[in-house]
Amino acid sequence: MTTERDNINSEAPSLAADLLPAAKPMFKKQRGSKTSPLKVILLVILALALIAAPIIFQGFGQLLLIRIFAIVGLYIILAMGLNIVVGYAGLLDFGRMAFYAFGAYAAMLIGVPLAQALGPQLGGWAYVVSLVGGAIVSSLVGFLLSLPVMRLRGDYLAIVTLGFGEIVRICLQNNFLGLSNGAQGLPRTGQTLPAPPGLDWLKMNVYFPINDRFVIEFSSNVYWYYIILILLVVAIIVVRRQDNSRLGRSWAALREDEVAAAAMGVNTTRAKTWAFVLGALWGGVAGATFSYFQMVASPETFNFFNSVLVLAIVVIGGMGSIPGVIVGALAIQGIPEFIRWFAQNFLSGAASGIDKTVSNYRNLILGLLMVVMMAIRPAGLIPSKRIKREIHGAGGSDGSTRVEGDVLVNGVPAGIEGATPGGGEGA
Amino acid sequence: MSETSTATTHLVEAKSATIAFGGLRAVDSVDLHIDAGEIVALIGPNGAGKTTFFNLLTGIYTPTEGEVLFDGRSVSGVKPHVIAARGISRTFQNIRLFKAMTSLENVMIGRHVRTKSGPFGATFRTPAFRREEAQIQADAERWLEFVGLSQFANEIASSLPYGAQRRLEIARALATEPKLICLDEPAAGMNNKESAELNQLIFRIRDELGITVLLIEHDMKVVMNLAERIYVLDFGKLIAQGTPGEIQANPAVIEAYLGKGADAIVRERAEAQAAAETDASRGSTPPNASANDDLLESDGIIMTPPNAQAKEDA
Ligand SMILES: Nc1ncnc2c1ncn2[C@@H]1O[C@H](COP(=O)(O)OP(=O)(O)OP(=O)(O)O)[C@@H](O)[C@H]1O
Ligand SMILES: [Mg+2]
Repeated sequence: MTTERDNINSEAPSLAADLLPAAKPMFKKQRGSKTSPLKVILLVILALALIAAPIIFQGFGQLLLIRIFAIVGLYIILAMGLNIVVGYAGLLDFGRMAFYAFGAYAAMLIGVPLAQALGPQLGGWAYVVSLVGGAIVSSLVGFLLSLPVMRLRGDYLAIVTLGFGEIVRICLQNNFLGLSNGAQGLPRTGQTLPAPPGLDWLKMNVYFPINDRFVIEFSSNVYWYYIILILLVVAIIVVRRQDNSRLGRSWAALREDEVAAAAMGVNTTRAKTWAFVLGALWGGVAGATFSYFQMVASPETFNFFNSVLVLAIVVIGGMGSIPGVIVGALAIQGIPEFIRWFAQNFLSGAASGIDKTVSNYRNLILGLLMVVMMAIRPAGLIPSKRIKREIHGAGGSDGSTRVEGDVLVNGVPAGIEGATPGGGEGA
Repeated sequence: MSETSTATTHLVEAKSATIAFGGLRAVDSVDLHIDAGEIVALIGPNGAGKTTFFNLLTGIYTPTEGEVLFDGRSVSGVKPHVIAARGISRTFQNIRLFKAMTSLENVMIGRHVRTKSGPFGATFRTPAFRREEAQIQADAERWLEFVGLSQFANEIASSLPYGAQRRLEIARALATEPKLICLDEPAAGMNNKESAELNQLIFRIRDELGITVLLIEHDMKVVMNLAERIYVLDFGKLIAQGTPGEIQANPAVIEAYLGKGADAIVRERAEAQAAAETDASRGSTPPNASANDDLLESDGIIMTPPNAQAKEDA
């Protein structure tokens, strides 16, 4: 492969630079419109609110609220990873929980013995190593999964990833290779999970009673809330940068027209592999953090329904749209939890049972919501502009014309798995 | 023309290239060659296998027999993006722009194969990454200007007029810095003015950029003006080759387009057209217009005298 590209040198002047006069720059600066003062003010207020929230909740003793926000945060990170695969590269993945699981179990398998080896002084740093380890393991799994499924698209890919997710869960349940400790999960009885760095110190030193009803203190819930918030901000920045780059453009091209992308020189295999790897990475990050936050990694978390839930977050929120993913996670993961919290705290008697009703009907409501969304807002609650154009045919001739004539194989456009007779990818 | 060719002298060389879809030999034992700097046309009736030949050349299909060499190397089984890196680019018969992207973004995709930044550079916004991004954008802007689409840079590709979309596809293909550009019916759907501009553009691609052009086109005015040599396909087989003048006089070509007894039909059609032209003021369609597009288009071969002026320009 490198020999094919040895004539390619980005530092060398391009043909255009050699032969053509410089064009007047006519491209709007991509970020120019983003920094309106109103937006900055809103962002600052949002940031302050997010920073203050756990302290206030803790002060009022509303630990459940902190946990809800933390879990929603984890699901946003998880869904941002899936968003790379589904929203950017246009590939379906019904087995997202597998990567969450690899992150969680890898973190436990790395963290518990490492903390012991490091001793009580440094043991806290095991979380950091686990986080990196979980991300690496998960990315590696993403890479390995990408190899066999590289030529699959659409339904086929959905089925394979679904199967993959279930296989992972069943392996974990059955104490695969003696590593996963079956249904009970990790850490094993008798083993202790190390505290993350600084938590003990913060717990001891941050304690300010304002009055006898409100105390500023730093519980482990508050700690994990902040860790997750930081990871989330990092994820948003990183994913946005990747989307807004040569790699991101190759995803967009791949999503729109794989044949044209390949003919224009996009290495579609590489673009898909990166989508799988970078998407899996965030699954690993979220999973590792989740296991430390919950202090356990056990198989029932990583079930098929949760994979569907993450996919629903991306689809309902808005494929390819980071604000969409955030809103989607708040709506799908957050709202049922908030209702439960509300019922437990403010309703009494018969009404307090509403949280049970909500969780009983959640799947039904979710299903209905999906159907309604597909009908009225197919691009999601906060759609990505570009995907909205793709879905709505961009006002031009619709996608169906592309099949005719040019590259049609037995009625199937080339680029669909295995359809090109010996040609195309990986022949 | 009939020299026993050595692989290295030709830019493209097909050696009994064949592809069969089941029993259908869509391209059947085709031998042809294209030299660097030529403008060559590939013509033939609908379904003759022209687009399929492009697909063989650009790696979308692999020949079932024979081979196609580019720069002396076989392209059989080579992935499309690698072929693009070697220097073949193309446009599509049914425009395949990235419809939801802007014109500029479409052309920026064309720069992909000559650039290299990956997720690391993107994540950390390294200086090399920033330089390359700026260069990609600047180059894309130049290519848009080259094809005369600067004013559409920030427009969504699918919102462009049809003729502009065809030129945008050419800009995207040029951005890959090909040695050979394959244009699949670039004038289709264009009005006279647009196709005259297209003629100019194609000459500029060859003369100013030194890029070899292989052209599929049904519009015989365009073909006769542009092509220095023509290959004619019919039912997957090469039935004729030569200069525009030779092709226009070739009985096999006339027969392929018009069927047996073509001469008589040609006379009839000439009369029909004369009648149609008197009707034209009333805006009615010529009698046989919808019967068979090829009959109409082949009028160019038979009836339009070779455009001597344009040949002198070239
Ligand atoms: N993937 C495929 N599978 C089966 N048959 C195919 C395939 N691709 C092309 N063909 C057939 O091969 C023949 C040649 O098609 P091709 O598109 O190359 O014709 P063409 O010369 O480009 O025609 P047109 O002028 O109409 O564009 C047609 O009969 C077509 O149906
Ligand atoms: Mg064709």
